Amino acid sequence: MINLPLIPLLIPMLFAVILLFFPKRIILQRAVATGALALTVLASFWLIYEVYTGGILAVTLGSWPAPFGITLVSDLFSALLVSTSSIITLFVVLYSFESIRKEREKFYYYPGVLFLLTGVNGAFTTGDIFNLFVFVEVLLMASYLLIVLGGEKAQLRESIKYILVNVISSALFVSAVAYLYSVTGTLSMADLAVKIPQIEAVGILTVIAVLFLVVFGFKGAIFPLYFWLPGSYHAPPMPVLALFGALLTKVGVYAIIRTYTLFFTMNTGYTHELLSIVALLTIAAGCIGALAYFDVKKIIVYNIIIAVGVILFGAAQLTEAGIDGAIFYLIHDMMIKAALFFLVGIVAILFGTSDLRKMGGLMKTRPALGWFYLIAAFGLAGIPPLSGFPGKLLIVQGGFEDLKLWGSLFVLASSLLVLMSVIRIFLYAFWGDPVETVKIKEPVFRRMFYPAAGMVILTIVLGAGAEWFMPLISGAGEVLLNPSFYIDAVLKE
Amino acid sequence: MSVLIGFLFMAAVYLMLSKSLLRIIIGTAVLSHGAHLLILTMGGLGGRKPPVVAEGVTVADYADPLPQALILTAIVISFAVTSFFLVLAYRAYQELGTDNVNLMRGTEDYD
Repeated sequence: MINLPLIPLLIPMLFAVILLFFPKRIILQRAVATGALALTVLASFWLIYEVYTGGILAVTLGSWPAPFGITLVSDLFSALLVSTSSIITLFVVLYSFESIRKEREKFYYYPGVLFLLTGVNGAFTTGDIFNLFVFVEVLLMASYLLIVLGGEKAQLRESIKYILVNVISSALFVSAVAYLYSVTGTLSMADLAVKIPQIEAVGILTVIAVLFLVVFGFKGAIFPLYFWLPGSYHAPPMPVLALFGALLTKVGVYAIIRTYTLFFTMNTGYTHELLSIVALLTIAAGCIGALAYFDVKKIIVYNIIIAVGVILFGAAQLTEAGIDGAIFYLIHDMMIKAALFFLVGIVAILFGTSDLRKMGGLMKTRPALGWFYLIAAFGLAGIPPLSGFPGKLLIVQGGFEDLKLWGSLFVLASSLLVLMSVIRIFLYAFWGDPVETVKIKEPVFRRMFYPAAGMVILTIVLGAGAEWFMPLISGAGEVLLNPSFYIDAVLKE
Repeated sequence: MSVLIGFLFMAAVYLMLSKSLLRIIIGTAVLSHGAHLLILTMGGLGGRKPPVVAEGVTVADYADPLPQALILTAIVISFAVTSFFLVLAYRAYQELGTDNVNLMRGTEDYD
């Protein structure tokens, strides 16, 4: 089926529109949202299968030939990310049933989540740089709704900052597209990849490449541009935070990887060196933040920043190991961040606070929660059988091959700090003398715990079964390292 | 045109660095004006006729239609974001009782 890349976008969008008609009927909202996301997950698995067996799928909308119309392109990289984000959104919706309050559910919470997924999947699938801007705006608009929904004081205050930063970065995105258009005269990514190597004015292209790094760095929270993230992500309720932490920054990371492997390859000595330095600084900034706070949300939020740095360090290397590692780590990180936010959210609800110093002794009352948290924490740090290991191993290996010895050692050292930051949560919240907890009903707890446990189990499968996923990952890496596959698939030469 | 756009960007940055929330929103509006004019300018200001197929006009006479489509898209997006932002500022003024961003610090539940 030729229109398959469109399906994971269209299902959430269509059902989000349907959900707008009956906002007050919560049970129906929940059922329709869950069903729509299950369909999206199935469609995205089908998409992976088709792309894996049949090569890159490119759909030209309206049958206009490739550089003139908008093309949607699904290679293995984007298909994998589309499935990961759809799975995570499904779990977020399941987790939301108990942890988001009824008044929010009545005010278009589920349509917001589905529109967010539409934007994310669209951004992963599009093959046109301006269309990428539009899809990023779609997901940002949905995220503005979700971050402020509920209207608590902290939410209002933080969403002002969040919107301001994103408005500025969107204006920069538009300007960057304008510059790129005036230099190349095209907007299609495949056509850009053909035109850019023919242009001799490398200087202006390098400037545009750095401008794009700034734009996507704002979205993806890289080193000097991450300042908005800790405050903004502290405000919204937990399921929204899990959704943001797992998906939003990763769209920026995806866009950096895509543009820096597909067409900004004319001056890698400068741009990719800059990218790897910025990535290492991002890791450092994240590590400092992750160790500095006694707030469970903040610790995990700073771990997002660390992971962005690790992924970009892998992607900056342009070696097979580095790129494969970055892809694996990206997928792992989306899942493990969702899992950790779920678990930490339950902990925060049980204690009625997110301050570590007021917690203790949860291991005696909720042992299952403790063990799953421990597994997720080890997975985040990259202990061998779990999912953080293969990606980081490949990234470090790629760093050694690419003569970035110090960078690789830095990444390894950062893993220790990551482990320390999440184990600190374990020590404070689960060990020690039991502290009085908020009474919540057993079925309510279970309905929050099962999605969280399910997410952790998925990360265990991803880690233990890395052999099964490796062909997909290396297939995705192959397309990134050889842009000619992408160009041929889109332009059909 | 580039000088004018540069001036708009400068004014936008100045407004966005000020303390009053309303000035900041005006700054974002000025910034988007600058960005839209930049697309138009970067598309090239040649072409004497509007890009509408008409009698007696050859292809060489038309202005570039693509930047105009991009601007139209960017304008409606920034309209939507600006209106959301304005309503948010209004709500924040009601709830927090101030429009000074220096007073909007998050301290009560921070560590």
